[in-house]
Amino acid sequence: MPRVEPGHDGPERMTSTSLPARLSSAAPVSAAATSQDFTPRYWLFSLPAVLVIAAVIVFPWLFTLYMSTQDWKIGGGAEFVGLGNFAELAQDARFLESIWHTVYFTVLAVVLPIVFGTAAALVFHREFPARGLLRTVFVMPMMATPVAVALVWTMMFHPQLGVLNYLLSLVGIPPQGWVYDPGTVIPTLVMVEVWHWTPLVMLIVLGGLAGLPREPYESALIDGANDWHMFRHITLPLVWPFVMVAIVIRTIDALKAFDTIFVITQGGPGTASETLNIFLYLQAFQFYKIGYASAVVVIFFVIIIMLSLLLLYARQKSKWNT
Amino acid sequence: MNRTLKKLGFWASVFVLVSPAVLVFLWMISLSLKNELDNTAFPPVFIPDPPTLKNYVDVFAQNDFGLYLWNSILVTGGAVLLGLIVGVPAGYGIARGKAHKFAILILVARMTPALSYLIPLFLLFQITGLVGTITALVITHLVITIPIIVWIMIGYFENVPMELEDASRIDGATSWQAFRHVALPLAKPGIVVGGILAFIFSWNNFIFSVVLGGKASRTLPSAVYNSLTFEQISWGPLAAAALLVTLPVLLVTVIAQRQIVAGLSAGGLKDG
Repeated sequence: MPRVEPGHDGPERMTSTSLPARLSSAAPVSAAATSQDFTPRYWLFSLPAVLVIAAVIVFPWLFTLYMSTQDWKIGGGAEFVGLGNFAELAQDARFLESIWHTVYFTVLAVVLPIVFGTAAALVFHREFPARGLLRTVFVMPMMATPVAVALVWTMMFHPQLGVLNYLLSLVGIPPQGWVYDPGTVIPTLVMVEVWHWTPLVMLIVLGGLAGLPREPYESALIDGANDWHMFRHITLPLVWPFVMVAIVIRTIDALKAFDTIFVITQGGPGTASETLNIFLYLQAFQFYKIGYASAVVVIFFVIIIMLSLLLLYARQKSKWNT
Repeated sequence: MNRTLKKLGFWASVFVLVSPAVLVFLWMISLSLKNELDNTAFPPVFIPDPPTLKNYVDVFAQNDFGLYLWNSILVTGGAVLLGLIVGVPAGYGIARGKAHKFAILILVARMTPALSYLIPLFLLFQITGLVGTITALVITHLVITIPIIVWIMIGYFENVPMELEDASRIDGATSWQAFRHVALPLAKPGIVVGGILAFIFSWNNFIFSVVLGGKASRTLPSAVYNSLTFEQISWGPLAAAALLVTLPVLLVTVIAQRQIVAGLSAGGLKDG
């Protein structure tokens, strides 16, 4: 359970700001106010949220943990199996394959948006005509409803009628199988993911670039440094904490990728694009193996918590909170 | 000479960056404005000639698009409103009380895949008979809206100077009054940003409605997805429907782009 710390810094505040302020204040202060004012019960403000979060977020977590130890099928009974589900997962070829798909997808879906997004941030950091408008256009994919966009991509990937194969034919490249070919399905889905989420990386890195000092560049110019040198030795080191934040966020998001994969391939052809998340969905809502799926959630959750802690660490280094 | 070349290269890179977004959306529009014959033609017809609005008419005539639109408005509206009511004071409480552990919990909640909430909530709603109701969807969407709103509000309240509240309390205001009349008005931009982002992520959410939505309570994204698989709808109406689904968030993005950029560099996280 979350522990809220009321008035954690009460004493310091009393000595540093409130007390001198109060002493110098001419306004009469009621006895009741003095006894309460210096330890405001801030946790009361969070109480409604704590209750709701306990119900819709923390309870599901704990319940999932419980279910992961059960052999539980919808419609059937539940039976305690301890770590049996985890042992079964370790033997499940389909699960292990889905981990491999997830790693393959995640690596590509992190590296490419980071590279393109950082490049885009460098471009949008410069002043140029219509920058605001073009930046809005660039950011649009990440706001667009993933399902809606995924449907259009599906039409574009159509092997016979799709516009992508037509465009390739114009430059003499033979038609591709896109998401219909087990060999190209994951890179193709990565392409959609890159299209969707490169803007987020751009925004994070752009935020970092906005805070860069001017002096190092001025002295570097005097020393006759060229653009590449300035990027490599000044910009990149300074903005690196922000890139780190983007890398962690991208990793978490790529691990969670679901909507577009589900809409475009549903894990197919066969199981060629079945990632951890799709595997989890199918186990739970196709095969109704609730306990088994919950064990997958628990594994997922451990990975996410570790990455979240890494993110907190990266954030602290970038002092990135407004 | 070198300067012109550099400038040309710069604009070329701008072009390369922006064109994927432009092309996909243009193709979406093109598909939605063409008749079925042109949509399945090969080589593809790029510019609708003549453009037709028949697909849009079909979307409304042949489906319960109006109902799904209403569902989406109810679910997203309800979840954002409740999220603000609960989340804004919580952001204040966490920022002022320096409840770092609670803040970390919020962050982890923000990071956890939406799918992982779905199994326990699905069972819970089954027991309570709420599967297939709007209420169940609103409750589930709180999983999206509360963490993003709280997270953004923490950042904004931390930037509201404490001295003003101290002064008001010395003048006899209760801590609620100090929050309501001093801190809250100052954090208004944060409320706008949090509300907008919560709206976008809740509107775009797909999976909750797929599992928990009934035929009559589906939100737009899952309704459009279902029309693809079960009714074998043709490309034109499907593209038109997809465009209509995403149009509200795109409009909000254009109108409120400054706030969104500010919020995302503060919150920096998308939904799951």
